[in-house]
Amino acid sequence: MTNAPLLVLSRKTRDSFHSIKEMDKVMRLSSEKGVVIFSKSSCCLSYAVQVLFQDLGVSPKIHEIDKDPECREMEKALMRLGCSKPVPAVFIGGKLVGSTKEVMSMHLSSSLVPLVKPYIC
Amino acid sequence: MNTTTSSHFVPPTRFEIYDPLNKISTMWEESFKNNGGGFYTPNSIIIPTNQKPYSLSEDGTEGTPHKFDQEASTSRHPDKTQRRLAQNREAAKKSRLRKKAYVQQLETSRLKLIRLEQELDRARQQGFYASKRVDTNALSFSDNMCSGIVAFEMEYGHWVEEQNMQIHELRTVLNGQVSDVEIRLLVDNAMKHYFQLFLMKSAAAKLDVFYIMSGMWKTSAERFFLWIGGFRPSELLKVLVPHFDPMMDQQVLDVCNLRQSCQQAEDAVSQGMEKLQHTLAESVAAGELGEGSYVPQITSAMERLEALVSFVNQADNLRHETLQQMHRILTTRQAARGLLALGEYFQRLRALSSSWETRQREPT
Repeated sequence: MTNAPLLVLSRKTRDSFHSIKEMDKVMRLSSEKGVVIFSKSSCCLSYAVQVLFQDLGVSPKIHEIDKDPECREMEKALMRLGCSKPVPAVFIGGKLVGSTKEVMSMHLSSSLVPLVKPYIC
Repeated sequence: MNTTTSSHFVPPTRFEIYDPLNKISTMWEESFKNNGGGFYTPNSIIIPTNQKPYSLSEDGTEGTPHKFDQEASTSRHPDKTQRRLAQNREAAKKSRLRKKAYVQQLETSRLKLIRLEQELDRARQQGFYASKRVDTNALSFSDNMCSGIVAFEMEYGHWVEEQNMQIHELRTVLNGQVSDVEIRLLVDNAMKHYFQLFLMKSAAAKLDVFYIMSGMWKTSAERFFLWIGGFRPSELLKVLVPHFDPMMDQQVLDVCNLRQSCQQAEDAVSQGMEKLQHTLAESVAAGELGEGSYVPQITSAMERLEALVSFVNQADNLRHETLQQMHRILTTRQAARGLLALGEYFQRLRALSSSWETRQREPT
């Protein structure tokens, strides 16, 4: 009689499995459009970043992760990618640019506009 | 015998009621003089009686001048007396009206004074963090907050002193024949000095973000220009750009770009701030107002307040970046001129604040 071994996963392992799935989701969503912003509906700094991009003539794709059922995992995934705060997380051309601070600093040093130029409508 | 006004109306410092009081009493005194009321002192105005202002008549007896004069007038000079009577009546009437107005003014001022004293007490309680709280037990968070803010204020005092010395040095150096190397040293120090302030503010914001948002450590004129806990980066550029001339073409272009991107970033952050205010107001007003319960909504409101700290940090980041970019675009000498101009600008604002405060205290 062979019993299939019962696979008991530790919580940590379970969590990493979860986060792989969410990481994929994040990576997929971040390439959906030229400029993608992960935000939360309650986050006003995310809103500020949105306003800035719109001012530059870009219509970013906004993902409000608090409306996503897997919000917590997506937060973790974004943090793992290197964001000090999960939102706002700005991706340009599928690559993570950073949060509010990075975006604003880049804009003042004139390095933001060249990055978004291909995506200006 | 009229006493002078100032001995009776000690000017309360900083309260606006001083001026009107003084004016009213001088008016009162002067018009009284014109009517020949020589037996009056301001003190007796306060007595709420039916006493007529003219308590003494010509022959020294108390009584209505009216009756007395009527007896005399019919016998000797009827017209003159009649006219004098009428004038007296007029004067008495005017006097009574003025007295009434004056007393009303006093009452209003008294209420205003009470209100101001209450506000002052409240403000002291809410703590401008001037008093140290001695607590032998373990420090609660608010004690930490207090002592942290006290520490910040002290540090800021030192910061301003250092700032004034640096400004003086910059001025001296730019007026003389000094090498670029020395100027660069001063410029780098000045830049570091500003960045140090941003670090101090960041720590203080974590302790009490409202303190930072209200610019409590700044003078009143500086506070007038406050934008999210500090100066507006775009305003800074506006003040400084004229001092960079002459500029090379590339510099002109760079400065123009910097001004534009600075304005855009500032606008975006301002709009985010407006949204924060709006959502906070909503969460405070949520639920039935007038029911006397605030417990459920308080957690969401507190979460919004946490976001304020991030806003202050972002605003300071904008200031930091603006200074950084200016430093990059300009030559050493231009940067030195700019920093001198900036420092002097803030010095002037501080001087303006103290002139304003002194002005309020001066007796007219």
